[in-house]
Amino acid sequence: MFDIYLLETIINGILLGGVLALLALGLNLIFGVIDVVWICYAELVMLGMYAIFFLYVKFGIPLILACLAGIAVVAVVGYLVHFLIISPILGTAPINQLLATGGLLFFLQSFTTLLFGIEFRNIGLRLPVLEVFGIYISFARLLAFCTALIGMIVLYFFLARTYIGTAIRAISQDREVMVLMGVNSRKIYLITSAIGGGLAGLAACLLVLQYDIHPAIGLSFGPITFMICVLGGLGNMLGGFIAAFIFSQIIAIGGFYTEIEWGYVIAFAVFIIMMFIRPQGILGSRS
Amino acid sequence: MLELQAVNAYYGSFQALFDISLAVEQGEAVAVIGPNGAGKTTLLRVISGLVRAGDGTLTMEGKNLRTVPPHSIINLGVAHVPENRRLFPRMTVEDNLKIGAFTPSARKQFRERLKFVYELFPILAERCAQFAGTLSGGEQQMCAIARALMSNPKMLLMDEPSAGLAPVIVQQVFELVRQIREKGFTVLIVEQNIQQVLKVVDRAYLLEVGSIKASGSASELLGSEEIRKAYIGV
Repeated sequence: MFDIYLLETIINGILLGGVLALLALGLNLIFGVIDVVWICYAELVMLGMYAIFFLYVKFGIPLILACLAGIAVVAVVGYLVHFLIISPILGTAPINQLLATGGLLFFLQSFTTLLFGIEFRNIGLRLPVLEVFGIYISFARLLAFCTALIGMIVLYFFLARTYIGTAIRAISQDREVMVLMGVNSRKIYLITSAIGGGLAGLAACLLVLQYDIHPAIGLSFGPITFMICVLGGLGNMLGGFIAAFIFSQIIAIGGFYTEIEWGYVIAFAVFIIMMFIRPQGILGSRS
Repeated sequence: MLELQAVNAYYGSFQALFDISLAVEQGEAVAVIGPNGAGKTTLLRVISGLVRAGDGTLTMEGKNLRTVPPHSIINLGVAHVPENRRLFPRMTVEDNLKIGAFTPSARKQFRERLKFVYELFPILAERCAQFAGTLSGGEQQMCAIARALMSNPKMLLMDEPSAGLAPVIVQQVFELVRQIREKGFTVLIVEQNIQQVLKVVDRAYLLEVGSIKASGSASELLGSEEIRKAYIGV
């Protein structure tokens, strides 16, 4: 029997997967190149959402310009995260870098709470819901999906075609030898961090259309993003991409047959079970 | 072209090189031979800045290598083919070569350099879209040399190009060295395979426990009773 609501659920799952894939890509890119997991990655998204909110709502800048500025702001934040926090401790035990970004997570949360308070804000823009053959699709989600996909394609061509992009891919395979080709690793790390920040900024543009902004909004995406990356194989961009859609389908379909909260419970349970079966992730090779 | 005078190098408190002085003239091929652990690799790493010299002077065409950041040494015309080749295994041959042309001056000549290395090693042109990790050992060595040549260097530093290769391939690798010499590149090569390398170079230095113990033309060293007994085993 054909169930149109199930189809709608699957489509919504795919749309959700697009944004999650974008976030996972940013986190994987940084991990693949610098070997550091930015636990605070979703908090960068939160900063981007606030930046867009203030530029658009408080300063009246057109939304598209506010979004571009938001991407730029988070790219600069990404650059600074590496410059100020990761770079000085890059040579120390990996756990230190992990803990430092974990500390940054709480710092950013409490600092934004201090600055902006805990109230929920939104940009007050309500996009229409489209009806296609009896299926209801939120335009904001569709837009987010398409933009995320375009963002990922642009990144793919950047990594595949440019010299900097090729160096970014190469450095994740052999760090030390890069210097012999005249590549300044520190510069590549900073560029990668800025790109990772820019991707978080792009995600902020897409999420600000669908969600209220508050200091803890990062917690709605951070853990899922991290688990998607692990499920796909940390540092493996293709794995992360696939895992994002698997995860979003588990959430959507699991939620469809029970309740939406159950969708998340099932997804996290699947994650834990996967850690027993295939801890290196779907496409991962690390032990 | 390349000159080292009284160079000492350390790993922490461990001294790996003692008072090394050597010179390589333009167009020459020079080998540094010696047993495992003698400091041969360290010597090349000091030249390309991966290990900073403790003291002494290092110059390339009169420019002081010690004040140049490691990633800029390639701009002085020194390209290093590292030990174990160190290709990017999950990248295509052509992407590997592209990284070799990373410096701004090399990027401008990318097409010409690519044509040059593909003519030198036609098998790489055939395999250009293949992952470097799927190449045979000999092909990987070609790819590593080609990657270094992409930067349009004046001088090639080669670290144990024959290591880990089947005996029949080893022959081919030394043939590659000969080919590169014929193209006019200056070569400084480090090798344990002493008998073979001495057939393709002009001069050699013998390195033992971090010090130069002997030097001379390739034929002198090949004829030296001491070296034959200790290293060639004839």
